[in-house]
Amino acid sequence: MTDTIAEHAARDLKAGTPLVEMENVGKAYGAIRALEGINLTVNAGEVACVLGDNGAGKSTLIKIISGLHPHTEGVLKVDGAETHFGSPRASLDRGIATVYQDLAVVALMEVWRNFFLGSELRKGKYPLAPLDIKAMRDIADAELKKMGITVKDINQPIGTLSGGQRQCVAIARAVYFGARVLILDEPTAALGVKQSGVVLKYTAAARDAGLGVVFITHNPHHAFMVGDHFIILKLGRRVLDKKRSEVTLEELTTEMAGGQELAELSHELKR
Amino acid sequence: MSAPVATQPPRAPQEPPRATRSLTARVLTRPEIGAVAAAIAIFIFFFAVAAPFRTLPAFSTVLYASSTIGIVAVGVALLMIGGEFDLSSGVSVVTSALTAAMVSFQLSLNVWVGVLVSLIVALAIGFLNGYLVVRTGIPSFLITLSTFFMLRGINLGVTKAVTGTVATPNVSELDGFSAAKAVFASDINLGFINIKITVLWWILFVAIATWLLLRTRVGNWIFASGGNSASARAVGVPVHKVKIGLFMGVAFLAWFYGMHLLFNFSSVQSGLGIGNEFIYIIAAVVGGALLTGGYGSAIGAAVGAFIFGMTTQGIVFAGFDPNWFYTFLGAMLLLAVLVNLYVKQYALTRK
Repeated sequence: MTDTIAEHAARDLKAGTPLVEMENVGKAYGAIRALEGINLTVNAGEVACVLGDNGAGKSTLIKIISGLHPHTEGVLKVDGAETHFGSPRASLDRGIATVYQDLAVVALMEVWRNFFLGSELRKGKYPLAPLDIKAMRDIADAELKKMGITVKDINQPIGTLSGGQRQCVAIARAVYFGARVLILDEPTAALGVKQSGVVLKYTAAARDAGLGVVFITHNPHHAFMVGDHFIILKLGRRVLDKKRSEVTLEELTTEMAGGQELAELSHELKR
Repeated sequence: MSAPVATQPPRAPQEPPRATRSLTARVLTRPEIGAVAAAIAIFIFFFAVAAPFRTLPAFSTVLYASSTIGIVAVGVALLMIGGEFDLSSGVSVVTSALTAAMVSFQLSLNVWVGVLVSLIVALAIGFLNGYLVVRTGIPSFLITLSTFFMLRGINLGVTKAVTGTVATPNVSELDGFSAAKAVFASDINLGFINIKITVLWWILFVAIATWLLLRTRVGNWIFASGGNSASARAVGVPVHKVKIGLFMGVAFLAWFYGMHLLFNFSSVQSGLGIGNEFIYIIAAVVGGALLTGGYGSAIGAAVGAFIFGMTTQGIVFAGFDPNWFYTFLGAMLLLAVLVNLYVKQYALTRK
């Protein structure tokens, strides 16, 4: 599995170089400020974990980086240059790939069609050039084999795979197409313990191959296993921003569980 | 971890077990399967009960009736696979025919000018439908319902205002009529059977649509836009363009069928076409298209249209009361939806 990622990872990635930088970024939907004052740096070869409860602004943060909704405040820099994404395609073209929790794949489409969706191989450059179906099948098959994902038939609908396998196919696809920054949106949320393990191993492998990873989760245990840098969001604001060396799992867990508020509540409910 | 290591790999390189799915499994997950079974059953039924149904001229009539539904149904099927819906397809057929007839007659032009102008009008309607759907995010059901009513009113109102009656004048005396009739409404002698040219056009459109769906990038995008548009957009599929294109495809085919109506009968009634949009949709659904999008086939829609061609004609040949046709239509739709539900579940079970 590591082979695949190392083979396809962009060659110019050097651990520690900042790939995406956000300075004071915010987003307002009309009168509602979903996110404000976010400073986040995603370095090559590191995993930046963004933690937060439901409604904390995690999805908004992803949408800004992946080009679904442009930011309204602050500065977003990609490879050092200030950027304002107009569409997901623009973000993808800069090497930023997002793997969404629930919408990573199109369930009723075949595995190989999903693998190449949006970047299909064709037998020519002209419009309506036929697809190179054999090549796509063979490549998808080979890539999945390397990752040890058991697919009975590359032509089966991807909906027949398990949730963990679907996430892995989506991550493998992003890496295969030369992603430099990988955004994982709650990749382990709907998964069992064993399947989460598979996805976490992948995340670590992508980091080791030099990619910058943004790992969005509400599970501090999963975050602590792979993260280099932790940010906790609450109601669109940053409440914690620490490096791995400065924080403990207990601290993360407490902060995620509600921190000060929880302490007050437990004092109130003391029995 | 990423560096290639010369030592023993961490785990034994095991070949995951692989198997091609059984023939039954592959056939049963085809969208068309229910429609094909139904078509065979209905063919046998009418073949048995209606003696006139067994002749070749009767088969030619059945094919013609099927083609008049099937041409537009191909576009509707593609649109439904792309996750949208068009209720204005029935009346835009008539809008196209009326436009062509009135533009060429009132301005005393060659009919081909009218044909071209009406093509532009039809594509504009399709574009407007698509643009409004993707821009506003309002369900296509509501957008096209509005277009349906507007076109219905425009068809009647404009025709009445221009000609003083509810039908267009006869265009058969105009320049270019015979050439246009040859393209859109001629009879073709295949030696053993005489068929309308629309049957050939229908087969051509089904072939193009099937190729487009299964063999091109656009086809991949159509399936993805209907199956999971957010996910498709996230991997860079231009979902909005795909959907607008699909609405324009329906409009193009509606225009084509409108041209057939005009040059076949030389004159068009402005109140026609209402209700046909449902028949196109039913043909697509019977042919395996999911109402929710992401699944279906052009061949399925063709088989669905063939079922209705057989039934409308078969009922007449068998001497049944034609009013029962709509009962049959409803029953077929219900059955098709049930079969589709089963097929979708079967396709997504882990094997």
